[in-house]
Amino acid sequence: MAKTVTKKNVKVLENGNGVAKTNRLSVLKTYKIYIGGKFPRTESGRYYELKDSSGNLLANMCLSSRKDYRNAVVAARGAFGPWADRAAFNRGQILYRIGEMLEGRRAQFVDELMQVGSSKLSAEQEVDLSVDRLIYYAGWCDKYTQIFSSVNPVASAHFNFSVPEPTGVVAAIASESTGVLGLVSVIAPVIAGGNSIIALASETKALCAVSFAEVINSSDVPGGVVNIITGKEDELYKHMSTHMDVNSFIYAGSNAEHFKTIQVNAADTVKRVLDYSKVEWTSEKGQSPYYISDHQETKTTWHPIENIGGSSSKY
Amino acid sequence: MAKKKQVEVDLNSDWGYSPAPESKGHIKIKPQYDQFIGGKFVKPSNGKYFDTINPANNEKLSSIALGSAKDVDKAVRAARKAYSEVWSKLSGKERGKYIFRIARLIQERAREFSVIESLDGGKTIRESRDVDVPLAANHFFYYAGWADKLEYAFPNKKPTSLGVAGQIIPWNFPLLMAAWKIAPALAAGNTVVLKPAETTSLTALKLAELIKDSGLPDGVVNIVTGFGDTGAAIVNHPDVNKVAFTGSTGVGKIIQRAIAGTNKKCTLELGGKAANIIFEDAPINQAVEGIVNGIYFNQGHVCCAGSRLFVQESVYEEVIRKLKHRMNTLIVGDPMDKNTDIGAINSKEQLDTINKYIKIGQQEGAEFYQPACKLPKKGNWCPPTLFTNVSQSSRITQEEIFGPVLAVQTFRTVDEVIAKANNTPYGLSAGIWTDKGSKIFNMTTKMRAGVVWANTYNKFDPTSPFGGYKESGFGREGGLQGLSAYLNLN
Repeated sequence: MAKTVTKKNVKVLENGNGVAKTNRLSVLKTYKIYIGGKFPRTESGRYYELKDSSGNLLANMCLSSRKDYRNAVVAARGAFGPWADRAAFNRGQILYRIGEMLEGRRAQFVDELMQVGSSKLSAEQEVDLSVDRLIYYAGWCDKYTQIFSSVNPVASAHFNFSVPEPTGVVAAIASESTGVLGLVSVIAPVIAGGNSIIALASETKALCAVSFAEVINSSDVPGGVVNIITGKEDELYKHMSTHMDVNSFIYAGSNAEHFKTIQVNAADTVKRVLDYSKVEWTSEKGQSPYYISDHQETKTTWHPIENIGGSSSKY
Repeated sequence: MAKKKQVEVDLNSDWGYSPAPESKGHIKIKPQYDQFIGGKFVKPSNGKYFDTINPANNEKLSSIALGSAKDVDKAVRAARKAYSEVWSKLSGKERGKYIFRIARLIQERAREFSVIESLDGGKTIRESRDVDVPLAANHFFYYAGWADKLEYAFPNKKPTSLGVAGQIIPWNFPLLMAAWKIAPALAAGNTVVLKPAETTSLTALKLAELIKDSGLPDGVVNIVTGFGDTGAAIVNHPDVNKVAFTGSTGVGKIIQRAIAGTNKKCTLELGGKAANIIFEDAPINQAVEGIVNGIYFNQGHVCCAGSRLFVQESVYEEVIRKLKHRMNTLIVGDPMDKNTDIGAINSKEQLDTINKYIKIGQQEGAEFYQPACKLPKKGNWCPPTLFTNVSQSSRITQEEIFGPVLAVQTFRTVDEVIAKANNTPYGLSAGIWTDKGSKIFNMTTKMRAGVVWANTYNKFDPTSPFGGYKESGFGREGGLQGLSAYLNLN
């Protein structure tokens, strides 16, 4: 089985035939899922095998069930209110912290991406871009409100303003083609905007999705704000889109039939549905404050203005 | 402290008002109306018409063309042709000038529109005159100015029009809803196929006449009339790029399902069950006016009506006493009379629905109150209705009634009322009454609702975005935010 060992700060990939470059038997990681700030295996006890290009077993990944997803929604709903109430500045610091943590584990992520088929160059580019994207959204946390807010000059004697507020619990099916970038690109804008999220990671590149959950877990992100499950889109997309306590749905997969079913199911509770299936996450179009506003509701507040006396503001 | 005896005005004494009916003399309603397609009034392809009646006396006002899928197709073709040949080629500045013209023409004919709105829909002339019609004109005037300024609305984006917008509107604010739909669509460069509700087609068709007068290029606005299946034909038409719907959550869900798998952009403005919350430090007399305005405005036919009242326990008795007293003074009757507070229920069907819920409320054990008011013999009427002692799970608390029926609950703490107020699948609006500013902002941020009125209720303005959270729909109408529903942001 291929795995990584750290040796003098350099990661070395062992080959599958057990020709180790050290005499030490390395410790293998059990890949888990991430729900409510904890790392359980799937409640179903099921797994799917992730193999490298030579057919060697990389890991027995959790084949998450409907029940895992439901547990994740409960965790996300519980985490949503307190997360939305955090100061925008605080959310920004936490997103920045995620970026820091990912940067620190850059080599591990590059390595894991290479194990699931990326070239060294593209793996490095993907991890670097993922870190930069987290920093990008960290910076937006206390700014998008100003961009998307308005004071509305109503004709009556009222002070009237509109601000964006988070939609709530967001479910996402992340892009299949990237291990970490697609995941970061859907999670970061959603939580920057004060929502909580349950993301289904890329099935075939799930290794570093779980490692990304570890990054999240060591970044002061409260448990339940981000939940990451692994498994099969085929099995989960219907359950994910019919859940009554999910407010918004991101589809970044590539199956048009699945997407249509998701849209139909979403109508049961008038979920917002975002089609990210055509987004090139590696391009500049893969990041924008409009991905934050996709999961914001506009709240408009009215308040009377008492007009005492006759003096004008020009006095 | 000894309880003071409450002195109340005997309304059966000489406190009555003399009749003050608005004149209908100058109003021309044709015996029959056709659909407005491609700049012409076109007979329905099946040759059928349906009656539109005055709900205040159940007399027929006119016959309205019964649009079919064939007529919808004709209208969409006209809209597409107008879009690709004329409207999309016109500069924003020129588009804006047409929309300004429409606003001005509505202002010029405001009285006529108010009278027809009240005749056809049953709402009081006071409301159609002071709210619906001026707001409709203002909405056109507001969005007209956006037409050549779209690039300023969305930083770093290049907004482009969508194409043909299919729009379906309800019967509670017929002309105003037409304005909310048509004005931003045109400003953003789209053409329109609009269907008014079957019980209130008249002002939309009058608007069509006015649009013809404005010189707007043929086919830019098309109006088809009919029932739900006519609306379905708009939603399902393959050449419609955008669906905008205001109406019930049930129909909204059907529409959301119907357009799955298409690239149609969609905004839904659906039902509500708003919490109107009275704290003990509120100005109680103002709050009582706010409660009345919240639930009895427009006969309660308002998606954002304050239909769930929450009163802090310490002021409960005072609020209910004053509310009942105020309810006793409300005048139910002829919508054309300028003194009338509550007009006619829009249709027999809606009256049946309201009465069904009133029966449910009584069966569920809530305490029921209606003032003894004289109702006209003919027409559809419902006195202002109050249910106290309702439970959180009661159907009259959970379901949208769309009538003058208020369900009252009490609370002790802020946390309790936040939990209760948000305990609904809806999230369109809310009201907060307290004298304390910091409490207002705590409450307004905690309400999961798109519009929150603090120490006021049921206020609307073209610059103010309106729309819901959760199952009250998505997208906003009004303001800068209302433009995005009609644009691609590239």
